[in-house]
Amino acid sequence: MEMEIVFLVFILVLSVFLGFELISKVPATLHTPLMSGANAISGITLAGAFLAAGMVDSEMGKYLGTAAVAFATINVVGGYMVTDRMLGMFKSKKAGGK
Amino acid sequence: MNIELLANLSYIVSAALFIFGLKMLGSPATARRGNMFSSLGMLIAVVAGLTAEGIVSYEYIAGGMVIGTIIGALAARLVGMTSMPEMVALFNGSGGAASLLVGWATLYGGGIETFTAVTILLAILIGGLTFTGSIIAYAKLSEVMNSAAIVFKGQRFVNSLVLAGIVYAAYMFCLDPQADSQWLYVTLGLALLLGIMAVIPIGGADMPVVISLLNSYSGIAACAAGFAINNNILIVAGSLVGASGIILTNIMCKAMNRSLANVLFSGFGAVKQGKAIEGEVKPVSVEDAYYLFEAASNVCFVPGYGMAVAQAQHVVKELGEILEANGCEVSYAIHPVAGRMPGHMNVLLAEADVPYEQLVEMDDINPRIENVDIAVVIGANDVVNPSAREDEDSPIYGMPIINVDQARTVFVLKRSMASGFSGVDNPLFFGENTRMLFGDAKESISGVISEFG
Repeated sequence: MEMEIVFLVFILVLSVFLGFELISKVPATLHTPLMSGANAISGITLAGAFLAAGMVDSEMGKYLGTAAVAFATINVVGGYMVTDRMLGMFKSKKAGGK
Repeated sequence: MNIELLANLSYIVSAALFIFGLKMLGSPATARRGNMFSSLGMLIAVVAGLTAEGIVSYEYIAGGMVIGTIIGALAARLVGMTSMPEMVALFNGSGGAASLLVGWATLYGGGIETFTAVTILLAILIGGLTFTGSIIAYAKLSEVMNSAAIVFKGQRFVNSLVLAGIVYAAYMFCLDPQADSQWLYVTLGLALLLGIMAVIPIGGADMPVVISLLNSYSGIAACAAGFAINNNILIVAGSLVGASGIILTNIMCKAMNRSLANVLFSGFGAVKQGKAIEGEVKPVSVEDAYYLFEAASNVCFVPGYGMAVAQAQHVVKELGEILEANGCEVSYAIHPVAGRMPGHMNVLLAEADVPYEQLVEMDDINPRIENVDIAVVIGANDVVNPSAREDEDSPIYGMPIINVDQARTVFVLKRSMASGFSGVDNPLFFGENTRMLFGDAKESISGVISEFG
């Protein structure tokens, strides 16, 4: 158990540093899509929600899990779609608008 | 090869895709593809998650996903670009709620060790306050609720009590972590309350900070849920999001020259008025404005939240095109905290088909602002207020601003002479080279356009 915790914390620390590195290079122009895109990624909770919703031994756990699946799916589907919609609007001069 | 190993290998692939996706979001040219990569990573993670051991019934999962997809897709389709800040707030909230529920549901699995109990509580706590905090942020942004800061006597004391209550209830819960423990409900209730208490004292113009912070929380909550259920991909993805939110929060705070603590707790309440401003306001007619525009060879638009309110981005762009056709150089200078969320103005202008090369940041425009013939301030106030530079008594002193007052001429489009959000007078309006174009921004600009026509 202890080794596993250390291992998970290890992953956590590296990801945080990676996140800082990646995001500080994003220009201000893209801050809104960055935020909604990152938000879609936080819908990753969905992968965890499956386990809870698929359990049969507890009614309550199942309901909570199902609600979690629904909320996380809103986050994933809505987040990616709205980000895509926004990014589709950013056009270069060379590419020429409509 | 067993299925669990396969699922974990897929998680590595999706983590890599998330990282590539975020990296590609660094440039407008690759951003859209980056988002695709990231969503592909999510698809892989979701499929891998579905194979997890212990899932026996898929009906509930399918039901939840159908509901979520319908709501998410409709919301993403229908939302107007002006209401994007509220939308993002709501999405943050649903992310928080999901982490809260995952943590809670995990308790019903039984056999909880202390470490797991702590992480479950963290998921519930952070998820819960993200949820209610985002709802309040949504209500303020969509003007369902008054967007001004709500401050009352003893607020800090009440907040400290709530916080102390959470710590105590959490401690009691961890002594005996059971799904039906009353301390669980106390913690949950207080976490939800804390989210509300944390956001009500924050005023509309500080919303960029709050949204970034809630964004970060939704990631951290996912991360805590990842610890609770022992899942790597939740930890990796959650901490990437957490880090990105913190960076944005930091950028927003710097752009206002305020510490995070100051934004969160002060409520911008005590407005200490700086020097009284003396001078004369010089209004300009649409016709005279036209003559100046016609002769200008370098025009810079400086938009603020007022442009979003007036929905003026399309006419602004139209005027920009006419000026360009007239041989004039056109740019749009955007202050980091203009609008209600990071990058708000950029999205609105992109919606109006302004090419992203013309969107310039504050630090790029300021060194060459003296070459600008006309700086057009549309619905911005505090971010162009020279008091921030000159008047040490001003409450916004020290905040970096776009130095429009150093341009050859400044047009300020404004409804009336009311001061900005912070309640601070703006000496810009009385400047020697400033001309006020009173009235609705959209109508004023349409007026200038028809003079060209």
